[in-house]
Amino acid sequence: MNEAKLKKLRSISKEIRKDVLRSLTEAGSGHTGGSLGLADVFTVLYFHVLKHKPHKPDWPDRDRLILSIGHVAPVLYVALAHAGYFPKKELQTLRKLDSRLQGHPGRDHGLPGLELSAGSLGQGLSVAVGMALAGKLDHKDFFVYSLHGDGELQEGSIWEAAMSASHHKLDHLIAIVDRNEVQIDGKTSEVMELEPLADKWRAFGWKVFHCNGHDHKEIYNTIQQAKKKEGKPAVILAKTLMGKGVKSIENDHRWHGKPPAKEQLSDFLNQIEENNAI
Amino acid sequence: MQYKSRGRKATKEGFAEGLVELGKKYEDVVALGADITSSVGMEDFAKNYRERFFSMGIAEQNCIGTAAGLALSGKVPVFSTYGVFAGIRTADQVRISLCYNDVHAIIGGAHAGVSVGPDGATHQALEDIAIMRVMPNMTLLSPADATQTKLATMAAYEQCAGPVYVRFGRAPFPDFTNSADAFEVGKAQTLKSGNDITLIATGHLVWEALLAAEQLAGENINARVINMHTIKPIDKEIIIKAARETKAIITAEEHQVHGGLGSAVAEVVVHNHPVPMIFVGMHDRFGESGQPEELMRKYGLTAEGIVSKVKNFYEKNS
Repeated sequence: MNEAKLKKLRSISKEIRKDVLRSLTEAGSGHTGGSLGLADVFTVLYFHVLKHKPHKPDWPDRDRLILSIGHVAPVLYVALAHAGYFPKKELQTLRKLDSRLQGHPGRDHGLPGLELSAGSLGQGLSVAVGMALAGKLDHKDFFVYSLHGDGELQEGSIWEAAMSASHHKLDHLIAIVDRNEVQIDGKTSEVMELEPLADKWRAFGWKVFHCNGHDHKEIYNTIQQAKKKEGKPAVILAKTLMGKGVKSIENDHRWHGKPPAKEQLSDFLNQIEENNAI
Repeated sequence: MQYKSRGRKATKEGFAEGLVELGKKYEDVVALGADITSSVGMEDFAKNYRERFFSMGIAEQNCIGTAAGLALSGKVPVFSTYGVFAGIRTADQVRISLCYNDVHAIIGGAHAGVSVGPDGATHQALEDIAIMRVMPNMTLLSPADATQTKLATMAAYEQCAGPVYVRFGRAPFPDFTNSADAFEVGKAQTLKSGNDITLIATGHLVWEALLAAEQLAGENINARVINMHTIKPIDKEIIIKAARETKAIITAEEHQVHGGLGSAVAEVVVHNHPVPMIFVGMHDRFGESGQPEELMRKYGLTAEGIVSKVKNFYEKNS
């Protein structure tokens, strides 16, 4: 990745964070922490990794991005809008009646680029397994990226899916875990310990990678590593900060599920500008 | 009686035949097995179409999600296991991954009802109709015998576009419907005309309802018999017609009367033309071990059970 590209991606992440904050503030409810925390991962995926055609969302050979943690829908919607799937002004309809931008993603509302209706935790990896099986059966070379929260890994169905992905040697399936170590009730280590997390995935037959989930270059390089087909699925444990970019709320679990108040918005947007000087 | 039993055959065999036929006719049909592949009628498909069969282990929730992923990628997956696991254990995956995404996937709900027999309550699906039919976008088929189960399995592919649950049983029961009779999803069949009362049955109870109608004829009660092979979307027209033309409706099912066929029929009746109803089925209790026929008899899920409830109704209302 050259410097110009890196600069471009950083700039996109900054704009994505700002639009996440704007749409959540307008909505008056929703999940700020995780949406900000994943902005860099989404930027790298939608603007440098995914093989996709925003003007042709159903292109059969596209890479699939499954968002298992439906509650961070804002960052997905903003990334899709910035990538050109639909007009950015629609972001202001988030969570409103008749909007295509449902609180948790719902395909029945017809939003282009949305691969899955999801919101009940622990289901997305199974769907990703199904997509990867279909790709394998049809000799397609698309990749399936499946995005997960770390708290979500407490769901047993995740591990059923993990077992099946390695059993079927799905080496075109890449799971990315938002490892911010925080969930609604507090630290993951206190709510339900996940460590040794890398060992768990390895024991289930996966290749495990780590990266700084806010370093675009590192995210990209790690995905490139993970894409090497070696007969095993790959998981990337992306270390992130919940609320990244707005210093005053970073790593505060209370920001998992609430939006900025209207009077906080300009301060938060300023913090994004200051903390993301390019 | 117009219908004759050609002998006993388990409805799961009809599912097995339908699945193989689907595999032969349609390239996009794939199947997911959860360890009990042969027990639920998927063995032949697995043997004939090895590359399109995926062994998923004892992990039903993952099977439903995987089915959703396959369906979202252009396949029509068929996943079958015992109904208690296929639709009840996996209810949340069915709700979100299958139904909310509204994908064309087929669930084979095996081991329906107490006629599962000696395995007992844990393995006898008696709540699956109730749970599956409240899921938006779901189609729910409950065919009467093995011959019709094959047709229903084919119809789940050929006539449906969203998630479908096909319910069938384990023990051999009379096989009496004709393979030449069209199976139309959502269109119930009047197997016998009659203008005194109406028996609306599903699954194994359809044959019993036919026998009951014969016995009732001896009592000068002319019963209409309807095979409600599709629980959802339910055939409102045939129910309303029965409510208008006969004085009572008796539903019969191998399922809890709460939430099952009886409830589905009652919802139509009370909205349109209220008439007295009698519910033959399991009354808010679990099943138990025993031989299939013993259990059907014990819980009144037989022609005699239906007849005695009808006679009771006549005595009370005479």
